[in-house]
Amino acid sequence: MSRPEHGRGQGPAGPAPQTALEEAFREHWGRLLALLVAQFRRLDLAEDGLGEAFESAARHWPAEGVPVNPAAWLLTAARRRVLDRLRAEAVAARKEPLLVVDAQTRHDAAAVMADPGGLLADERLRLVFLCAHPSLAPESAAALSLRLVIGVPTSDIARLFLVPEPTMAARLTRTKRRLAATGAPFTVPPDGPARDARVGVVTSVAYLAFTAGYAPGTGPDVTRTALAGEAIRLTRVLREVLPGQPALDALLALMLLQHSRRDARVGPDGLPVLLPDQDRGRWRHDEIAEALGLLEPLARRPVDGVAGEYLLQALIAAEHAIAPTAADTQWHRIAARYAELEELTGSPVVRLNRAVAVAESEGPAAGLALLDGLEDHLPHSHRLPAVRAELLSRAGDRDGADAAYGAALELCGNDAERALLEARRNALDAMGAGPVESARDPQP
Amino acid sequence: MRYFVTIAYEPTVWSDADEATRQRYHQEHLTFHDAVKERAHLVAGEALAGPETATTLRHRDGSPVLTEGPFAESTEVVGGFYLVDADDLDTMTELCALLPKAYSLEIRPVVRVEGFEER
Repeated sequence: MSRPEHGRGQGPAGPAPQTALEEAFREHWGRLLALLVAQFRRLDLAEDGLGEAFESAARHWPAEGVPVNPAAWLLTAARRRVLDRLRAEAVAARKEPLLVVDAQTRHDAAAVMADPGGLLADERLRLVFLCAHPSLAPESAAALSLRLVIGVPTSDIARLFLVPEPTMAARLTRTKRRLAATGAPFTVPPDGPARDARVGVVTSVAYLAFTAGYAPGTGPDVTRTALAGEAIRLTRVLREVLPGQPALDALLALMLLQHSRRDARVGPDGLPVLLPDQDRGRWRHDEIAEALGLLEPLARRPVDGVAGEYLLQALIAAEHAIAPTAADTQWHRIAARYAELEELTGSPVVRLNRAVAVAESEGPAAGLALLDGLEDHLPHSHRLPAVRAELLSRAGDRDGADAAYGAALELCGNDAERALLEARRNALDAMGAGPVESARDPQP
Repeated sequence: MRYFVTIAYEPTVWSDADEATRQRYHQEHLTFHDAVKERAHLVAGEALAGPETATTLRHRDGSPVLTEGPFAESTEVVGGFYLVDADDLDTMTELCALLPKAYSLEIRPVVRVEGFEER
């Protein structure tokens, strides 16, 4: 698909129109798209029409000046494009399924006048719930949310999820069509447990978009890490349309803390740098400060359920973020948070992380005791034998450590991580007490 | 929209259920019927006889051939269906959540095939 998705960096735009265009894109993409969907009940046409409106703006604004009300200009242009397409379809007698949109919403959206100063109704919340509909595969929901709610180009979403662009384009098309064909409504679920559950889905979809940027891939990962920043932008929009949701506040804090270390996570050789070895001067301290500000009110009252999980993870990340050096890390506090998190989730991965924290605060024997029996729950994890190896090495059991490194290498498929494990195994002869392998970035 | 709901479950769900459990399943179906009456429209719904009563017809070399038993060997069997007119998928999933929890329910929109509307 060669269709440009928005006017970023196109045309002989002077700085002012270009800035106005970028601002309009960030400010209005989601709102305008939601309005077009409400009026025309077609996700594909709304997306294409709005994309073309932005392209048109990139051509016209530099020559004719930035309109007084950019949003109104874009809405009018997009509506015209959609109507053109609908006429062409009518001639071709094609029939696409229409989204379920109630009559009142359709009427209101169509009545939004494109006059300067006129307020645009914000239908983004409906769009947010639709894109993260629980009937969609989580990855499809994450991709669609990035595309439709904040306008991330398909090519970027494809890179984020490590698939070729045509594959992602096809997946997005299928997902849009599926929503209409199955009758998923463009609506805000009524207040109550059903709404809470849907907010939970919205939250997990945003986190999935974020973690995709950190999933190990092949080739340079730098761009993909930057793309994880788009998930943060999505989460900011979610907080705007769903204010007062502790899960979203905690999630944003967690993402900011994890993302703040992006520049320090990879060394000049392209190999991952473990948390204790990272140059803390390269962490983004403004982002850490924002995250701590988000956590402060949350940490003072009990938060349970999904919000509690994100909150505990964020509080753990915050402990790392506030330690001036690795040696200053308050491992006993981290171990206590992991214990809470394990109680909440029952997750064996959390127990593994807890074992690492306990080993750091109480010594390797206490950590090893927590690993007992974990193999049954994590039979394919290379991290489990890797952590065991490090703890055995610290406890002075060289042969045990060597065997555990062997087990870890058998299970590990990532080249960079394998290199790291090999190096640790070779260093066993020296038997120095290095940092625990998994005291590294606890990022997903 | 019109939705076709396929009800599937492990055969033992009904066969091994004691009287109290069966009563509860019945009650849950009645609750579903009442809720559909209120929020949607029930077009049809039937329970099927067991999978051992199924006859499958396929064509082989141009001739119809009958085989004993259902389409596919799977642990779950189709036990019944509902055909419901509802506003949207969310309404449909909320209604279907009232049916016994031991069921797997496949909810699919019905499409109108041109030329067959008035038959």
